[in-house]
Amino acid sequence: MRSRRYILRHVLHAVATLFFVLTFNFVLFRAVGDPVKLLTRSSVHLDPQEQAALREEFGIDDPLPVQFVNYLGDTLRGEFGYSFISGRPVTTSISEKVWPTILLVGTALILSTVFGVLIGIKGAWRRGSTFDTTSLLGSLTLYSMPEGWLGMILLITFAGTLGWFPAGGYESTDELTGFAHVLDVAKHLFLPCLTLTLGYIGEYAIIMRSSLLEVMGEDFVQTARAKGVRDKEVRRRHAVPNALLPTFTLAFYSIGFILGGAVIIEEVFSWPGLGQLTYAAIEANDYPVIQAVFLLSSAAVILFNLIADISYGYLDPRVRE
Amino acid sequence: MTGMIETPRQADATTVGLEAPAPPAPRDPRKIKWARRRRAFAGFWRVFRQSRMGMVGLVMLGVFILVALMAPLFVGQADLGVSDPPGAPFQPPSLEFPLGTDDFGRSVLDLVIWGSRISLLVGFAATVMTMVVGAAVGISSAYYGGRTDSVLNAFTNWFLVIPWIPLAIVLASILGQSLFNTILVIGLTSWAGTARLVRADTLSVKQRPYVERARALGASNWHLVTRHILPNVMPVIFANTVLTVALSILAETTLALLGLGDPLSISWGIIIFDAFDAGALSAGLWWWLIPPGVCICLVTLAFTMCGYAIDEVLNPRIRER
Repeated sequence: MRSRRYILRHVLHAVATLFFVLTFNFVLFRAVGDPVKLLTRSSVHLDPQEQAALREEFGIDDPLPVQFVNYLGDTLRGEFGYSFISGRPVTTSISEKVWPTILLVGTALILSTVFGVLIGIKGAWRRGSTFDTTSLLGSLTLYSMPEGWLGMILLITFAGTLGWFPAGGYESTDELTGFAHVLDVAKHLFLPCLTLTLGYIGEYAIIMRSSLLEVMGEDFVQTARAKGVRDKEVRRRHAVPNALLPTFTLAFYSIGFILGGAVIIEEVFSWPGLGQLTYAAIEANDYPVIQAVFLLSSAAVILFNLIADISYGYLDPRVRE
Repeated sequence: MTGMIETPRQADATTVGLEAPAPPAPRDPRKIKWARRRRAFAGFWRVFRQSRMGMVGLVMLGVFILVALMAPLFVGQADLGVSDPPGAPFQPPSLEFPLGTDDFGRSVLDLVIWGSRISLLVGFAATVMTMVVGAAVGISSAYYGGRTDSVLNAFTNWFLVIPWIPLAIVLASILGQSLFNTILVIGLTSWAGTARLVRADTLSVKQRPYVERARALGASNWHLVTRHILPNVMPVIFANTVLTVALSILAETTLALLGLGDPLSISWGIIIFDAFDAGALSAGLWWWLIPPGVCICLVTLAFTMCGYAIDEVLNPRIRER
């Protein structure tokens, strides 16, 4: 009973947040910025008649509440309007570009979490060892690096000077099939994925380290040791599972940051995903695309937070109180 | 902890009251206040000094701030102009230009030295903004409680969830590109974390007896907030400030790399963006790309290291571990 209420509360909270994002977006682009004026700020030129026609089409002269209801309806149906630049429906452009981004961001998220957690465990368990100090300093350095710049340096070194990897793109040709195709894509994926992974590994390592240090001070770890459980077993069965929880939650929470970080990295490596689409949209002031990307990434983050909250409540009943 | 801080203040207040008519000992309350501040700072410094990480960070920071302040002594404005540059474009490092030249023929070393001014300025200014907004929202949320609290707290939580980069893209593309807008966008997107910390701290400070005492004596809300609440949540705000400067400098870089920075001001982020935009990646112009990135990394690292050390001083629980 209590758990159902817990889930319901979080779902309601997520819906409220989504509603806030939608309202915020509406206020920014309709009430504050006039879409037709924004359109003229991008490289499109319109004479007054065309502007008037567009005002009609966007429904700008309707009262704001009417506009808001129309906007909510359109957005929920997945209609984000037409790109100022290409004139194509924004939804089409996005659905073409979404898979490469999921591949890149997903792989990087998994790799950085797994390796970050392993490094954090090793450092915390032997606190103050050479490994601990080196990995902590390394984590802080990686955390301090602008990841777009890191990508440029990796590109210049490994694709330019050494020539080990392709300089960008998703695949060399679209004629390859089967295993050769997978290998080709993997080769293209390697550098951008490495950049994103390095960009976030430090954060996870630091979080895991401090989370494990906290758990190591808890009574039940002391008890396990007192019972004579071997060091390895204490770590594997008592300390780490309890320390993992906050780290995984934070990994879920940080999905938004990784999505954002992918924008510059996709542009640097010409990776044909949402990031590249966003970058081009910024350059051309293509507001419908920018708005859609903002809404979609916010929705993704809200969804992931909801999953994190619910699974946290399921895994750790103490939070449900 | 609280008792230790509060007792001398109350003792001082009574002493002042009693000794005020006696002319030979002008115990100016302001002097007492400053003496107490000096003592507190000396105590803080004693602990901070023991952290090697903090000291290294502080020295690095000192060097960068010194360079930024003295930049006009090394770099003439004329050398930064594009109309009459001092060298030929795209020169690799030489004795005359230790870090080579950019696409106009300006010395990259000069650009990087000058860039420290803009990058640090944006970092500090955006932090001040973040702190002011965060503290205002956090304190009023906790202090007034009730409906104000629910509304402000919900607002804060929403802003915490919205992914940072997409939100910054939306705001920056609507506001347009200028140095002030960069600062504004960073401030508007990063106050929520501070607000949450300040709110939590205010909630506990507000319950303390001396606040109640002041209220009983008829102190106004403004007096209570500025004289009693704010000084006591200051340590939390201050510890948060140092890390926020690091994040703001990284945020400025991200905005610049997205093409949303002010193209007319030379920050480290803008230098990297210009290099990227001018095709430094395919031409392998490493001397143009590496120095600004290294500077960003070092400054961020320096702030982060100081932040960690301050956190250890203010948060004895961490120190013990």
